[in-house]
Amino acid sequence: MKTFKEKAMKIVFLFTALVSVGCVALICVFLISSGVPAMKEIGFGRFLLGRTWKPGAEIFGIFPMIVGSVYVTGLALLIGVPVALLTAVYLAYFCPAQVYRFIKPAIELLAGIPSVVYGFFGIVVLVPAVRALGEPFGGKGNSILTASLLLAIMILPTIIGVVEPAIRAVPRSYYEGSLALGATHERSVFSAVLPAARSGVLAGIVLGLGRAMGETMAVIMVAGNQARMPKGILQGVRTLTGNIVLEMGYAAGLHREALIATGVVLFVFILLINLAFSALKGRDRG
Amino acid sequence: MTEDKKKSRQERQRQWTARWIRVQSVLLRLAVHAAAAATVLILGFLIGYILIRGVPNLKPELFSLHYTSENQSMLPAIVNTCTMTAMALLLAVPEGVGAAVYLVEYAKKGSRLVRLVRLATETLSGIPSIVYGLFGMLLFGNRLHFGYSLISGSLTLAIMILPLILRTTEEALLSVPDTYREGSFGLGAGKLRTVMSIVLPAAAPGILSGVILAIGRIVGETAALMYTSGTVAKIAGLGDSGITLALHMYKQASEGLYTEEAYATSVVLLLLVLLINFASSRAAGRIGKKQG
Repeated sequence: MKTFKEKAMKIVFLFTALVSVGCVALICVFLISSGVPAMKEIGFGRFLLGRTWKPGAEIFGIFPMIVGSVYVTGLALLIGVPVALLTAVYLAYFCPAQVYRFIKPAIELLAGIPSVVYGFFGIVVLVPAVRALGEPFGGKGNSILTASLLLAIMILPTIIGVVEPAIRAVPRSYYEGSLALGATHERSVFSAVLPAARSGVLAGIVLGLGRAMGETMAVIMVAGNQARMPKGILQGVRTLTGNIVLEMGYAAGLHREALIATGVVLFVFILLINLAFSALKGRDRG
Repeated sequence: MTEDKKKSRQERQRQWTARWIRVQSVLLRLAVHAAAAATVLILGFLIGYILIRGVPNLKPELFSLHYTSENQSMLPAIVNTCTMTAMALLLAVPEGVGAAVYLVEYAKKGSRLVRLVRLATETLSGIPSIVYGLFGMLLFGNRLHFGYSLISGSLTLAIMILPLILRTTEEALLSVPDTYREGSFGLGAGKLRTVMSIVLPAAAPGILSGVILAIGRIVGETAALMYTSGTVAKIAGLGDSGITLALHMYKQASEGLYTEEAYATSVVLLLLVLLINFASSRAAGRIGKKQG
């Protein structure tokens, strides 16, 4: 009896472990089986590289949204990564213990704030600010720059959360050796410790990239969402994620399938980013 | 004479280099402190701004039982959020804890299965919420005919928080010292008994902190719910469509007509998140103390 119970529970535990594998498989199967036929019907080339998105006229080209996602994400990284890296360095090598006790939970809190609250903050603070800044040049408040600024804030905790442990994992002797050779504290950290944590730093950036590309609500609240090729960083833009959420509510037929296909494209981007992240993270252990 | 000149030039050069290094160090130190200050200031500004502008907009009418377009009551949304959280946890916690128990206590370390599960979990945790939303709509909404309902929403969210629960539980289990297990085996307990009555209770605070973090993600989620649980603003049963607090706030903020109400809703959301983060770190702190 006892051994039966032991064995049965072991199988139950095994089953629960396999559920996450099953979920990934289900997600792949459902997205691909619902999205790829639409891509085929529209034509892969015309779907991915078409510069016009006019669902009313049955023209489905998502190239503007791909470019939009890339611009918004790229600019967000450009703004967010330096701040995140320097903050991570601060936490690991500059921060007094009393300050750390206060600053670490603050950064965790930044990660916990819901994206709608960020989006709302973007609407009431960032949009007017960017509008004031960009108006002389014919810019809009709802623009690539606004979305990127907001995303840069949102990915700070993500990047810091990966990079800080990576910096801490570098043996103390690197730092001490550099000090012993006469380098200052700052130079030791930046020239001896940081290069040794290189793959952790890259992993953090890649994770931030994934977060920024996948973020939806905060972006559509501030980005303007015009489905056309972006014309400048002070003009509106629509991302892949935004395209899905904005139109799924009323889409039907091929339009709806094209939106799901947009999701497939986003999913493939994210899978590639994830693979890069796992590869980079694995390297530090070895 | 030329010898002297050469020497003094070298000397000057050395001085310049030394000075440049000093300047560089000061600049780096400044940059590091500025970045950390910026991170904290952004957080402080965001929270301060929303609280100061939002608290005066918190009116008792906003907590009445019924939502109308004149009175944007958030109570139905709060109730739905609670139902959704409870349902999603009910599904994901046993599932995630079970999986972590298998990975840590039963499976061989580094076996192919463990690597496969780990890859799957990492993939799940990287998938953006909008993709979960699409998947939930396709599977639970259409294929299983749950339509827009709290069930569709909570099933979707359960998958979404699964990797979080799994990972935190795994870490909590790994931090239980092996002497606990050996002691239990030594007293004649079997594997299952050891896991259930010794290891899991010892890991409970860590698991709890993960569960609380998961609650935070559910409360803040919007993109995964828009097309699974839908946006009907009333207290919903499990089979009905019902809006959650974060979606309620999205609607208010993006329509542009209810900015004051949106401030009020964001205050409630922020306070919830503050509370959740505090609770989670308290729970995590308890294991730290126990071992230290």
